[in-house]
Amino acid sequence: MIGAIAFYLFATLTIASSIAVIFARNPVHSVLWLILAFFNAAGLMLLVGAEFIAMLLVIVYVGAVAVLFLFVVMMLDIDFASLRSGFTRNLPFGIIVALVLLAEMIVAVFAHRAGPMLAGSEIPAARVPNIVGIGQMLYSRYLFAFELAGLILLVAMVGAIVLTHRRRGDTRTPKAWRQLRRHPGTAIDLVRPGTGEGMKL
Amino acid sequence: MARFAPILPEIILAIGGLVLMIASAFVTRRGAGLISWLAVALLIAATVALIGAPSHAGPLFDGLVVADLFASFGKAVIFPAAAVAVIAAHGWFERGTEHAAEYAVLILFAAVGMSVMVSSTSLISLYVGLELNSLAGYVLASYRRHDERSAEAGLKYFVLGALASGILLYGISLLYGFTGTTSFTGVAAAFGRGAPTLGLLFGLVFLLAGIAFKISAVPFHMWTPDVYEGAPTPVTTFFATAPKVASVLLGVRVCIEALGPATDAWRQIVIFAALASIFLGAIAAYGQTNIKRLLAYSSINNVGFALIGLAAGTAQGASSVLFYMTVYVVMTAGAFLCVLWMRDGDGEPIETIASMSGLSQRQPGFAFAMFIFMFSLAGVPPMFGFWPKLLVFDAAVASGYVALAVAGILGAVIGAYYYLKIVKVMYLDAPAEPYSRVREPVQGALVLFAAVAVSPLGYLLIGPLGSLADRAAETLF
Repeated sequence: MIGAIAFYLFATLTIASSIAVIFARNPVHSVLWLILAFFNAAGLMLLVGAEFIAMLLVIVYVGAVAVLFLFVVMMLDIDFASLRSGFTRNLPFGIIVALVLLAEMIVAVFAHRAGPMLAGSEIPAARVPNIVGIGQMLYSRYLFAFELAGLILLVAMVGAIVLTHRRRGDTRTPKAWRQLRRHPGTAIDLVRPGTGEGMKL
Repeated sequence: MARFAPILPEIILAIGGLVLMIASAFVTRRGAGLISWLAVALLIAATVALIGAPSHAGPLFDGLVVADLFASFGKAVIFPAAAVAVIAAHGWFERGTEHAAEYAVLILFAAVGMSVMVSSTSLISLYVGLELNSLAGYVLASYRRHDERSAEAGLKYFVLGALASGILLYGISLLYGFTGTTSFTGVAAAFGRGAPTLGLLFGLVFLLAGIAFKISAVPFHMWTPDVYEGAPTPVTTFFATAPKVASVLLGVRVCIEALGPATDAWRQIVIFAALASIFLGAIAAYGQTNIKRLLAYSSINNVGFALIGLAAGTAQGASSVLFYMTVYVVMTAGAFLCVLWMRDGDGEPIETIASMSGLSQRQPGFAFAMFIFMFSLAGVPPMFGFWPKLLVFDAAVASGYVALAVAGILGAVIGAYYYLKIVKVMYLDAPAEPYSRVREPVQGALVLFAAVAVSPLGYLLIGPLGSLADRAAETLF
């Protein structure tokens, strides 16, 4: 019962927020609706027991992709009103793509009902939750490859910095040591001006 | 701790690279030299660490990598070659580049990737090692980012390399899908069950296409001349030596260990790539006026000869590939170190072949070193470069591919022309503007060492090097 309620809650919100993505006038709002859609899709994944994919949706899509979209939308000065003006012109093509997608979904549902494609390829029931399973594999059998993947990401980071960083003369970097060495004795002058004399600096 | 003894070289390089990376964030421009020498020391230490467990410990990490003599042989060539690339950059990046220190760090990480490539026995570690090496390579190619040609080289290499990685991964996913395993032994077992299915064949072709890109064999060579020309010369020295050995050895291991039962399927691909590389490398080099471009075609040409040894598909063939790549690295590194010294009056690098005109009268030592490398690359008999070519042809003939060997010899004769053309320009033409003197004693010593090694004196090495290559090749069968 609770499962059904949760499913309908997540599913309705996913569809509603997806529609809102399309119809929002402000592109920033669109991205925010998209994030809501991702979260609800992650909830749906949790309900079917795919915790890992749920986490990926939140971490990768919300944490990285959607934030990237947000940056792009905010930084680029795109006139979305002019982009929309071609709506009627592009409508037939859009409808064709939508129909193809719909047809594929219908076929996929029927193909799924027909059973697995190869005999004996049913996925055995999991003994451990899939995040636990993936974690155990990564840190035991594939530890070596996992550590190397870390090195690859490090090289990508070093490369990005080496190729884009340059020292500019006009930047002011904080000098932590000098800031820490300041103390009230040298930094603050206490003066007590006499009445009506004003203050000398 | 004993578990990690077989991967001691990789651990030395990875941890040393991390420490140097942090250090290089703090050093001034002058400290970059110190970082480079430390990196060279690490590479030498890693080479020394190959003695012992890393050479014979067998499969590690549930068959992800293996520690055998074949891998150690490759690493014993790759690490010193990487060290030469670090030394080649001495005095090169300090002017005009802010991040001179990170060059050595990136080479160290690339060396880790290459050492995983030669020891991988699983499609996963194969890809991870290849990508670690390639990613460092993309950055290195565009290291002089203010130089338009360097930036172009980096971008080209990155876009085409990413495409090749995609092709390779597609092949890997097909092989995994149709065999259900990523380990080389598992893949070999699947190929051993009768005639390979269409899916397996597609996987094989895509996998080999990805590897052919990395070794720049025809028809996946298009990026090589542009990248070699545009990249800074020390980086080109690196590309032409260590990663090339790693990729060729990776190809040998994949073909023999993973695809061994399907030898008939891959042999035709390797034979085509070998002959196409030899002839295209030889003919396309004719019109070149830039020495780096010419050496790029030379590397394509040489890979073709190495592939002839692989096409034989025997232990003798694999051994000849090992021998060939070792001598190739010494010749190529020597030639590129000479190119590094071609500087005009202001110390700016020159790359035209015309500028070498009459070099023998201006700088006879320099010209003589280049003469030895060119003759050796051409495979002219008194030089040591002749012997590995003989070995690969011998291996091809021994397994019944006489026509292949004859075609290879024909290609070698055609290719000899452009090497001899450089010798002619240096010795017979009127002297051009002299190069400014470069004071790099270590590089000078390396050139001297390389020149002696590939001179006829190199024949003394045939015994020890040959028996080592034989033993290394036998571990694959």
